[in-house]
Amino acid sequence: MNSTLTFRHGIHPEEYKELSEHCRVERMPFVEEYILPLAQHLGAPSKPLVQKGNKVKRGQKIAAANGFVSVALHSPVDGTVTGISLAENPNGQMVQSIIIKADPFSTQQLTPSIPKSYEEMNVKEFIASVQDAGIVGLGGAAFPAHVKFSIPEGKTCRYIMLNGCECEPFLTSDHRTMVEYPDDVMDGIRILQHFLKAEKIFIGIEANKPDAINILHEKAKNSGLPVEVIPLKVKYPQGAEKMMINAIIAKEVPSGKLPLDIEALVTNISSIAAISQWFRKGQPLIERIVTVTGTAVKRPANILVPFGTPMRDVVELCGGITSEAARILLGGPMMGMVQKSLDIPVVKGTSGILILTSDEVKDLSQYTCIRCGRCLEACPMYLNPSLLGMLAKKGLWEEMETNHILDCFECGCCSYVCPSGIPLVQSFRVGKSIIREHNAREKEKEKV
Amino acid sequence: MSEEKKLTVSTSPFLHDKATTPWIMYQVVFSLIPIIGAAYYFFGLGAMAVLFFSVAGCFFIEQLFSKSFFSGDKIKDGSALITGLLLGLTLPPGFPLWMAFLGGIVAIGMGKLIWGGLGMNVFNPALVGRAFLQAAFPTAITTWSPPDGRYFSFRGTNIGYPFFQADNVDGITTATPLSKMKFDHVFANWQDLFFGNTGGSLGETCGILFLLAGIYLIARKIIHWRIPVAIILTVVIFSGIFWLIDPAKYPSPVFMLFSGGLMLGTIFMATDLVTSPITPKGAWIYAIGIGIFIVLIRLWGGLPEGVMYAILLMNAATPLLNILVKVKPFGYKK
Ligand code: SF4
Ligand code: SF4
Repeated sequence: MNSTLTFRHGIHPEEYKELSEHCRVERMPFVEEYILPLAQHLGAPSKPLVQKGNKVKRGQKIAAANGFVSVALHSPVDGTVTGISLAENPNGQMVQSIIIKADPFSTQQLTPSIPKSYEEMNVKEFIASVQDAGIVGLGGAAFPAHVKFSIPEGKTCRYIMLNGCECEPFLTSDHRTMVEYPDDVMDGIRILQHFLKAEKIFIGIEANKPDAINILHEKAKNSGLPVEVIPLKVKYPQGAEKMMINAIIAKEVPSGKLPLDIEALVTNISSIAAISQWFRKGQPLIERIVTVTGTAVKRPANILVPFGTPMRDVVELCGGITSEAARILLGGPMMGMVQKSLDIPVVKGTSGILILTSDEVKDLSQYTCIRCGRCLEACPMYLNPSLLGMLAKKGLWEEMETNHILDCFECGCCSYVCPSGIPLVQSFRVGKSIIREHNAREKEKEKV
Repeated sequence: MSEEKKLTVSTSPFLHDKATTPWIMYQVVFSLIPIIGAAYYFFGLGAMAVLFFSVAGCFFIEQLFSKSFFSGDKIKDGSALITGLLLGLTLPPGFPLWMAFLGGIVAIGMGKLIWGGLGMNVFNPALVGRAFLQAAFPTAITTWSPPDGRYFSFRGTNIGYPFFQADNVDGITTATPLSKMKFDHVFANWQDLFFGNTGGSLGETCGILFLLAGIYLIARKIIHWRIPVAIILTVVIFSGIFWLIDPAKYPSPVFMLFSGGLMLGTIFMATDLVTSPITPKGAWIYAIGIGIFIVLIRLWGGLPEGVMYAILLMNAATPLLNILVKVKPFGYKK
């Protein structure tokens, strides 16, 4: 219990969790209109099942999965579909979205359509059911959960690792899930374990959440499941899949491989709670906990927000923003995305709305690389960002590839530490996409 | 350019460590303050003038090649100040000031600017300046005056006209512990070396202050412990073997460590971020190489001191080490 495991390298930025970590989850009141992008998850956008003018119920499926790497979408409210049109998505793209006007007279009680007991399902039915509930990884990337749970032929899942690290500064939504919904978490584990039958289930939590560690530790003890809570060192990016596996079982996921190749499966802890809510209460993924925080938010909070709610309303509930507000971010400050405005909806991948002051995001003066080696000592993938940065500057993409740029997962540690203010990660993003495009084109050529 | 600027502010990460390049440089400058104080204590005003002129030379040339001579822009990053101070600290207290100025110009000009500026140079600029002065003015640079507590006056040799042979007005010179060792087989006792009561360059004499500065820099994570520790260990082990064989002929490891420029070179020059290898393993090889060269040159070379050449030699190996010695990325087999 006392040992705090970790991976090598990484950084320790200021946490800022105190702003919201003890704020109990509040419910977002219902608003007038909901915008539900059909592409809220990685993979193919869902296919709409409703048309303009249709009445929908809260929890009703309004779009179906479109292929295996895709999930269903449900209405967060009782209301009427007023249109299906392009709307801006948090990632800046315009995507087809279902617009629903909420019924002002509805009680907005969930009309559950509880699936049949999971104990009577086989694995295939389970996977399909999770897909149908629209459940995705709630850590931020929004990868369809059922895809992760599908163990390919010949692979085994010896370890299930539940990611409760939440290593991004400021964010506390997973933390609140663990503290306030521990029974849902444990129940979700039970359901998942029923199908995957792992040898061992680990819950990895950073040591800065002692309340969550204690609660889940108690629950785990009495669960009769092979669950163990593992306190992990407070370090960024401790919640990255490969880093967590490395910390807990001291193995490296081989480059280009998946955790399952070393018999491990990692999934976000809040997604596990969502599984329980689906199988027990018949509630598909229609809402999530969003941390609204930052020094420029009047009243930081953790709020249970129905998807499609405009961010502006969510921030209003938190007293609005102060006059110093300079940047709106979705997600944490290390990997989050900057937003132009608050007129976009909360979607499945929205783990936090972070509003920072200009002081906090001030421009860094840029100097040339002084080869201090700080980026090397920070990179959790043991890459040489200094070298990669120089190659990127010269446009030597091929050399970047031989120096393993594709192993970079854009955690931003190198940019964080670089005293010369060199925008390393930014250039790596560019480099990676150029290399990927190039490689795809080469493959096409080979086929022809 | 404006596009690029926009890009840098609009993508993650949005947090940054407090350490910036000027901050790092000024930490080094701070750690030099006690050492400069000691130089004043032992060698007086003349020594300060030497430092001042070598810094002035560095600033002059750095500014000359910046966009506007009077803006002070490039000087702000602190790297030229470090070069000037380090160069000054390798010079004798009675060194002619104009030569110190010239040394500063060569240090930054040949040691840094012709390579493309900060971060691009292969050799430590202060040592490039020092190597130039040693080649150009071999007599002046080996004319040592003893610590003599003249706090408020210059030495005659300080104020010679450029390109005229300065008369040795003072007449008092002394040998350094290393030259005594080399040519007379006389070893200074360790207390004198440790607390600085010997002849030598400005920054050669007081061992303990260097140890403290080193600890400060390591604790603040400005330099890594690897390089100084590896150099010191190598020198101790390598020279210790000979000392054990024949203590009358060979100096003790303690003498080796605290005489000459070893401490200055180890803490401040070998650890120069730009010119030392970037990977941990590369740094080990580099530092062990420096240690071996120091002992070889000191014991068997033609010169009493070998730190400068040892570091310059391994500086030359650094680009190669950076290419050859890589870190194994995560998820790859050894
Ligand atoms: S941290 Fe920045 S300055 Fe230091 S080596 Fe890396 S890229 Fe260069
Ligand atoms: S962004 Fe990439 S290169 Fe930089 S520290 Fe993270 S993994 Fe390493």
